[in-house]
Order: sequence, then structure tokens, then C-alpha cells
Amino acid sequence: MNLLEIQEITERYQAENGEIFALDHISFSMKEGEFLSIVGPSGCGKSTLLSIIAGLVSPSSGRILLGGREVVGIDPRIGYMLQKDNLLEWRTIWKNAILGLELRRRLDRESLARTQELLKSYGLWEFREKYPSQLSGGMRQRAALIRTLATSPEVLLLDEAFSALDYQTRLAVTDDVYQILRRENITTLMVTHDIPESISMGDRVLILTGRPARVKELLPIDLGPDRTPLSCRDDPRFSRYFNHIWKELKEDG
Amino acid sequence: MDSKVQGAVSPERAAYLRSRERRRRRVRAWQWGLLVFLVALWELLAWLGVIDSFILSQPSRIWRTWASLLESGELWLHLWVTVYETLAGFLLGAVLGVGLAILLWWSSFVAKVSEPYLVVLNSLPKIALGPVIIILVGAGTEAIVFMALAISLIVTVLEMLGGFRRTDPDAIRMAKTFGATKGQIFCKIVLPSNVGTLFGSLKINIGLSLVGVIAGEFLVSKAGLGYLIVYGGQVFKLDLVMASVIILSAVAALMYQGVVFLQRLVMGHQL
Repeated sequence: MNLLEIQEITERYQAENGEIFALDHISFSMKEGEFLSIVGPSGCGKSTLLSIIAGLVSPSSGRILLGGREVVGIDPRIGYMLQKDNLLEWRTIWKNAILGLELRRRLDRESLARTQELLKSYGLWEFREKYPSQLSGGMRQRAALIRTLATSPEVLLLDEAFSALDYQTRLAVTDDVYQILRRENITTLMVTHDIPESISMGDRVLILTGRPARVKELLPIDLGPDRTPLSCRDDPRFSRYFNHIWKELKEDG
Repeated sequence: MDSKVQGAVSPERAAYLRSRERRRRRVRAWQWGLLVFLVALWELLAWLGVIDSFILSQPSRIWRTWASLLESGELWLHLWVTVYETLAGFLLGAVLGVGLAILLWWSSFVAKVSEPYLVVLNSLPKIALGPVIIILVGAGTEAIVFMALAISLIVTVLEMLGGFRRTDPDAIRMAKTFGATKGQIFCKIVLPSNVGTLFGSLKINIGLSLVGVIAGEFLVSKAGLGYLIVYGGQVFKLDLVMASVIILSAVAALMYQGVVFLQRLVMGHQL
């Protein structure tokens, strides 16, 4: 059974300089534990799509089902990670990690124990009393991920989550986050403008057209069961996928 | 990562630190030296009769004025009155100013409606309201505190509102993805982001409140440094005027340093 169902999502909104037709009947579904990457020409509305699924924006029409139940507004079953880590500089790593729980008013013993467990598993426990400015870019991103995972989401949305990092850190962080998400078996939907990133992490890649965005293709990625985002870049199939996606995106200019 | 390297220091590093320390000391020495020189020059020119010490006073006469004020116990009275009025105006301005800024941040409608009023009130020289204030709250300490409040309030509102609005939109968005309410966004993101703005505004305010108090004391008062200055001017005791002005600058500097100290205490590791 599908965990997440996106059904006929359409979005038109009013802006200063006229109406914007962003999304045109977007439909797809995701199985539990799956990693789906979304790519599309820049400005096509992929971030709008993620904002809609996160409940920050309501769609003009269409609906979203999670575990068979309709998602309305901001749903605690959905976690969202933005481009920047957005750690609060005046809070320690521990205080940052529990921020999501605090905002959702869920500071119960079980959730706190889970956060503690996550920090321990992912090497941040000894930094819990440090401030974000004392951590490296990669560790900050980890802390931001733990802040979201602490709230036990069923689906995680990544909005260009790594694009603010420099290239080297980015490769390492991508690998790191991928391993964490696989281990925690989190269903993940990632928007990116980076084609190699979309292939290296995704089980499937959803290719969108230019505005208004429509689903152009849902490309299954088969790079073996034990791949990691770093190792699979050497696979000969990797460049075939790359060329294919590149061609599809270029057609839309 | 901590960039401060402790322990073993290379000779180049030690030389660099030494030269920096030397430079710092030289600046300090010149600052004090210049002060001593100017005071001595003032005294000398007055003594030689180049400047009229009746109008411009003279360091030795100012010193004698201080001594007599101190002896009669008047100094502490006037000092205390001015400090008390300034702190009252300052605290009221800070609390009301931050409160109003929160209201305007909360409701963008109220903010839009009050925008022209804030602009006009901000540019209006508040001292012009003196007579109205006196009639409204009476010719006493209240009028002086009110004047200090009038001068510092609008600036605080505008500074704080500006700070609230400049809060990182991504941080607010992040909080929203966790279903944060407007109250939570304010308490956990906007307010803590603006501790620096608050202290910036307090630093401006302490000076403005003092301006308001002195202006108020010029208009209505029986005590305070402003009163001493006006009184000294009226009876042509310019030594008293100068002595009071110098105390006033010391008070202003000390109060400002007080705010700086408080900021260090509160913001500690973030500075």
C-alpha cells in the first residue's frame, strides 16, 4: 500500500504582477521507506509543491493522503527541512534538537529519550552543551536533521537541504543524511536542482516540466541495493541516468 | 570551531601581541595626556586673562564649586533627582516602547494604520509639547519623566519593530513547519533574535532620556542638574553651569556604561 498519495494538486496564486499558474494536476505516490527526488527547471514550482505537502500553503485543488487519511494544514506526521540549517544561535545543540518537540508541545519523557538516543547515535551527544557556531557545517546539518527526526515524522521533506553547503561538505553530508534516513527507515521526498544528487539518493526521480509544472516522467533508479550516494557515482549506469534527466530538463529550457 | 589558540605561542605571535598591546597603551596615554593638556591650557589662559573666566569659567573655580556643592550636600540631591528621573523615563520608555512594538508586529493592520502617525510623532521635536505636558500632568517630577518618555518612546518603538521585522524569515518558516503558533514564533524566534536590537535601542534611549530630563528640568523643576544649569545661568554663576555640565557628562557616560555592562551580562557568549 502507498504511504503518501499526491492527487491532482493544482496551484494558482495571485502575485503583484498577475496570476501565477504554478502546478498543473500533479499526481504521484510513495511507498513506505522510499526516497523520491524531484527535479525540474528552475522556477518551475517544485518548492511550492513541497510547501503544499508541508501544509504551509494550501493548494487551489487536489488533495494529499498520508496513510489513507487526508492531510490538512501542518501535519505532525510530516517533517520539513529547509535549505539552511536554521539552528538558533542562542540555544545549545540540545535545546535546538528539542525545539520541534517544544513547538509541538510534546516534551514528554519518551520523545526526550528518543532525541537523546538520536544525538548519541549520530555523534552529537558530547556536543549537546555547545552552541551552533562551535560546530562544523556538516554537524550543524546533522543537528537540524535530528531536530526534525525527534518529532518522529512518517514522511520527511527536504527542500534543497544541502545547497547552502560547500561542495566537499555537501558530498559528505549527503552521504551522512542518506545513511541516517535509511537506518531510521524514513520516507523522504527531496526537491533539488542538482541532478547527480537526485540520482545518488533517490529510488525514483520525478521530473517536472517548466511552469506550470506537470509530471514529465517518474524514473526508477536502479543502482544496486547497497549503494551509497558517494559510491554510486562511479557506477556506469549513473551517467546514463544523468544524461537522460539532463536531456529531459533541457527540452523544457 | 574555536579559533582561539591557547598554550604554546610562536615568537612571531608573541611579538605581534606585544606590539598590539604597546599600541593600545599609547592610545590610552594620548587620551589622558590630551585631557590634562586641555584642562591645563584652559586654566593657564584664564589665569593670563586671554579668556574671560567670568563667562567661560576656569578649572580651579569649577573645582571650588564642586567642593562647596559637596560640602552643603546639594551635589547628591541634584545628582539623585536627575538620575532618578532619567531612569524612570528610560524604563517606562523601554517597557512601553517594546510593548507597542510587539502590538504593531502582531497586527500588520494596526501597523499600517499607525504608520503616518509614527512618522509625524518621530520627527516632531517633543520639547515643543512641554507646555501641554505641564498642563496635563502638572509642573512637577511627573512632567519631567513624561518628557523623557515622550522623547525616547517613539524611537524605541521604531527600532524594535524594525528589528522584529528583520528576523530571519527562514527561521520563522522553520518554526512554522513545526506548527508553531504566532505566540510561539514571537517568544522562541523573534524576541530572542532581537536581544541585540533591544540593547542597541537601550543605548540610544539612555542618552535620549537624559536629554528629556534636562529639557524638563529647564522648564519646571526645583532640583536636578538641569535646574542647577538654568539657575546658574540666571544668576550669572557660570562656574556652577560648567561644574554641572561636567557632572552631567560623567553621569551620561556612566549610565551608558551601565547598559553596556548589562548587555555583557545577558548576551555573554554571543558577543
